[in-house]
Amino acid sequence: MKALRSLFMVCLCLLPAAVTAGTEMFDFSGNVGKDRYTDLIVELRCLVCQNQSLADSDAELAHDLRVEVYELMQQGKTDQEVVDYLVARYGDFVLYKPPVKPSTYLLWYGPFVLLALGLALLVKNIRQRDRQRRAEADLSQEEQARLKTLLGDGDGENRS
Amino acid sequence: MPRFVRYLLPLLLFLAMAGLLYRGLSIDPRHVPSPLIGKAAPAFSLTKLEDPSVTISDADFRGQVSLFNVWATWCVSCRAEHQVLMALANSGEVAIYGLNYKDKRPAALRWLQQFGDPYLANAFDADGRVGIDWGVYGTPETFIVDRQGVIRHKHTGPLTRDIVQQEILPLVRQLKAEQG
Repeated sequence: MKALRSLFMVCLCLLPAAVTAGTEMFDFSGNVGKDRYTDLIVELRCLVCQNQSLADSDAELAHDLRVEVYELMQQGKTDQEVVDYLVARYGDFVLYKPPVKPSTYLLWYGPFVLLALGLALLVKNIRQRDRQRRAEADLSQEEQARLKTLLGDGDGENRS
Repeated sequence: MPRFVRYLLPLLLFLAMAGLLYRGLSIDPRHVPSPLIGKAAPAFSLTKLEDPSVTISDADFRGQVSLFNVWATWCVSCRAEHQVLMALANSGEVAIYGLNYKDKRPAALRWLQQFGDPYLANAFDADGRVGIDWGVYGTPETFIVDRQGVIRHKHTGPLTRDIVQQEILPLVRQLKAEQG
């Protein structure tokens, strides 16, 4: 039973790998490598089912665009040229990794700004607490005088 | 930092966050801004839906303000949009051309016969290649092309009477008034 269950889990893990390659049968023996093709279509977003890549999507348009990508690659276009071709038609939306430009600065750098802000606050907090603790540790003149009398004029009693 | 500012800060952050999220509710994720707006309409040359022996190209609607509507018989919301297009065609305000997208010729012709034909002409894009060039991702889509053949507006999804009155017609009138 246990063996059966682990076998099932293994099959489950292998499943996504089998699905990601799209449904078309392309000839990858020519100048278009399968790895290169797959790498490209998982980076591109399907416009119909917007949370899926071209590789995952079963939409008609995704199928057409996969064919388009394959044919462009076959014509010897570089990955960048294929991406540019799609961006010219569908906009940056087709990219899962949006380009760095003024309208995406917040997206790209926002998390780092937040991180820096958090670190700055943390450092400030630690320093403040440190100062407070030291202030508590330092005795006021009054307290020092009292300590002196308690210790018997500066000589420790345990010294005699 | 004064004490009240310290206590107010989380509230302000929360309000800013809530404002952003609230704004997000009214944004339609299906609306993808087209990079083609302000650019020349992608060139094409296809056979006419009505007559396979005649070709139609983007040059055919140069020189006038025109509406380029992408439709198909398998597209349910195109059916809903159709009567709006009919009304717009009858008003004579703008020249309407169609791109019959990934469709069957007999089915498309039957549709036009049955529901009326608002188009001056239809280009027949059987394999959807021209659709890709125009960045079509969800029929129906409607482009407004100016006299110089530049795309000035794109509407994704079915046109409604309100959209025609508030978005399409004002822009069409403005483009008609432009020089050229």
